[in-house]
Amino acid sequence: MLGEGIVKGLAETARNFLGSFVDKERLVTVQYPEERLPVAEAARNFPFLIYDGTDPEQGLRCVACQICEKECPPRCITIEKSKDKKPDFVGKQQFYPAVFDIDVSVCMSCQICVEVCPFDAIRMDNEFELSTDDRFGGLLWTKEKLARPNEHYLAIHPTEAAEVEARRAEEQAQAEAKKQQPAVTK
Amino acid sequence: MILMSATFLILAAITLVGACAAMMLRGLVHCALAVAIAFAGLGTLYLNLGAQFLGLAQLLVYVGAIAVLIVFVILLTRGGDSDSPPLPRAVLPLTGLLVAGCIFAVLAWAVFHSFAVHPAGPPAAPSTVRELGTVLMDSYVLPLEVIGLMLTAALIGAVIIAMKEKQDTQ
Amino acid sequence: MLDQMFVLLKHWLLGYSPAMLRPAVSILLTILPILLVFPVLFALTTVLERKGLGRIQNRYGPNRVGFYGILQPMADAVKSLTKEDIVPASADRTVHFLAPLVLLAVAFVPYAVLPIGRNMIAANLDAGVLFFFAIGAISELSVFMAGWSSRNKYSLLGAMRAVAQMISYEVPLLLSSVAVIMAAGSLSTVEIVQKQSGFSGIFPHWYVLTPWGFAGFVLFMIAATAETNRSPFDLPEGESEIIAGYYIEYSGFKFALFFLGEYLGMFAISGLGITLFLGGWSAPLPFLTWVPSWIWFFAKLLGLIIGFIWIRGTLPRLRMDQLMNFAWKFMLPMALVVVVSAGAWRFLAEGVTRWLVSTVFIAVAYVLLARGVETRNRISKRTYRFAE
Repeated sequence: MLGEGIVKGLAETARNFLGSFVDKERLVTVQYPEERLPVAEAARNFPFLIYDGTDPEQGLRCVACQICEKECPPRCITIEKSKDKKPDFVGKQQFYPAVFDIDVSVCMSCQICVEVCPFDAIRMDNEFELSTDDRFGGLLWTKEKLARPNEHYLAIHPTEAAEVEARRAEEQAQAEAKKQQPAVTK
Repeated sequence: MILMSATFLILAAITLVGACAAMMLRGLVHCALAVAIAFAGLGTLYLNLGAQFLGLAQLLVYVGAIAVLIVFVILLTRGGDSDSPPLPRAVLPLTGLLVAGCIFAVLAWAVFHSFAVHPAGPPAAPSTVRELGTVLMDSYVLPLEVIGLMLTAALIGAVIIAMKEKQDTQ
Repeated sequence: MLDQMFVLLKHWLLGYSPAMLRPAVSILLTILPILLVFPVLFALTTVLERKGLGRIQNRYGPNRVGFYGILQPMADAVKSLTKEDIVPASADRTVHFLAPLVLLAVAFVPYAVLPIGRNMIAANLDAGVLFFFAIGAISELSVFMAGWSSRNKYSLLGAMRAVAQMISYEVPLLLSSVAVIMAAGSLSTVEIVQKQSGFSGIFPHWYVLTPWGFAGFVLFMIAATAETNRSPFDLPEGESEIIAGYYIEYSGFKFALFFLGEYLGMFAISGLGITLFLGGWSAPLPFLTWVPSWIWFFAKLLGLIIGFIWIRGTLPRLRMDQLMNFAWKFMLPMALVVVVSAGAWRFLAEGVTRWLVSTVFIAVAYVLLARGVETRNRISKRTYRFAE
């Protein structure tokens, strides 16, 4: 019968309309910025540098090997090696970056820098509310801004960090064992 | 002398401007729109004279349907090309002037000998829609039926022409 | 007293003006409320529509700007006023500029013959309904002007479709009003409302409560939806179909004017529907006549607006050929049958007979026409044709 479908459709929309006032689960809107959806664990946005301990200068894991700078596809990383060296977590003397700049507006979150870093020094952060009104330098971040403590990394990517921690603990134990071993004489 | 109120002057000016623009404008669609203005002006002149039904029917039929029809015809036949070739210059402007003068003379004679200038007898009763309807159904019922028949024939003819084109292109 | 509040206010204000200026002041005092009330109603309707559609679609509507989003029209007004007014380089500047103005002018004029309350009409014309339709027909020209002056193929296509749609649906619109005019015996809107203001028992004498009136009202509302290019008949301006059709090249304030004109047209034609079928300003039940007449008019108008919004949220857009088929093959014969049924109603005596006869006419026609519309669109088995 002509018109039957229309009447049924009108009844359906009326049900939706009235139901939206009564039933709270009908409205699936998340009222941003008052409410936020939880972020997945593997979410990523821009890279950050990890430091162990409390001093961002001394505990910085990055040894300025410049692999991430060379591998970065849009070339958003700028690194300058330092002149002197400092010890890393196993005790070996390493260079450190005097200048480490990432232009977050250029970064395309491809995670290649993370994949190639041999020192677990650079990882991805998942913060996305970064807007600034400075068009030119507002999102060019220096070493100070990029350094985050290891606790932060453990908090945002627990499973990844657990694996990294296990590996680093093993390497540290091996280095300790080697140091304790008496020197092999020829 | 014919009494010319301010309203009449304004409405007549609008009509005349529309008609002149329809003659003199370049683009064809512009001319069609100017003709629509002239129709609207005519409709308001009828309303000014108190013929409500006629004025409103003029607006409804001429501006609402016939102007739209003219515009559609222009678009469907010429494809809406904006740069139409310039109008040819009038070969004998004097002839045009002569013809316009003759028409003006005839119209002026008609107006001067009409009821507006020499009111004869009691004024006619205002024609309302009810009276128009009664007259149409009483004295003029034959013309009404004939017009209806003619319109039906025109409609059927248009449908047949449109259908026949579809048969041809298939 | 409350009923005649505005009339008394106007007379009181007139008393304070000098005698020479009285006609001008009277005209001004009559027109000003129309120019103020209906745009405010337009602003309210935009919020209502967005929130209503949102709720139908299981989401909130705009709720940031004011209390539950009620000041959203202010934000929209600021946005449309501050947007850059872009006119395409090859567009026809004069016509492009005039199109929204003509639409707006033509949208405001029909309010003059709508009786908003008892003794509250701007111009009591003898041929009020005809005036309404005459002015409404002029808006088609402005739609065409808008589409053509943009020098854009899509815009022109949208304009031609819009004009074709408006012309096709004018005929059922006019025919269903003819049924009412026949029953009331007059073209004047005031008289039509007067004829519907009686009560028999508990039922008002509204024309919508008669069989031909109900069918006529449904036809009128469908044709009104099509006339004002409103969903589901908004193919000419559909956003995903033809990228806003004849509105494409308009930005900023001119677009807002088009919007305003379209909604004002919607209110005007709803107002006419209320006047013709729903009894204008008269109350629905005899014990509710103490409520002022203009409140009834606006309540009915609000009801019809909610109906429009409801239908917009429910039905998908009609395709152009489906639209035209519906107008010429279903609605026009139906409208003619409604006129015949109204005639039968008028000339038969009061009682069960005339109800029966009217209803039978309409029901039979409906079933037959519905069957005709449906069989044409049945999807047939796919046939394969191979090159010979």
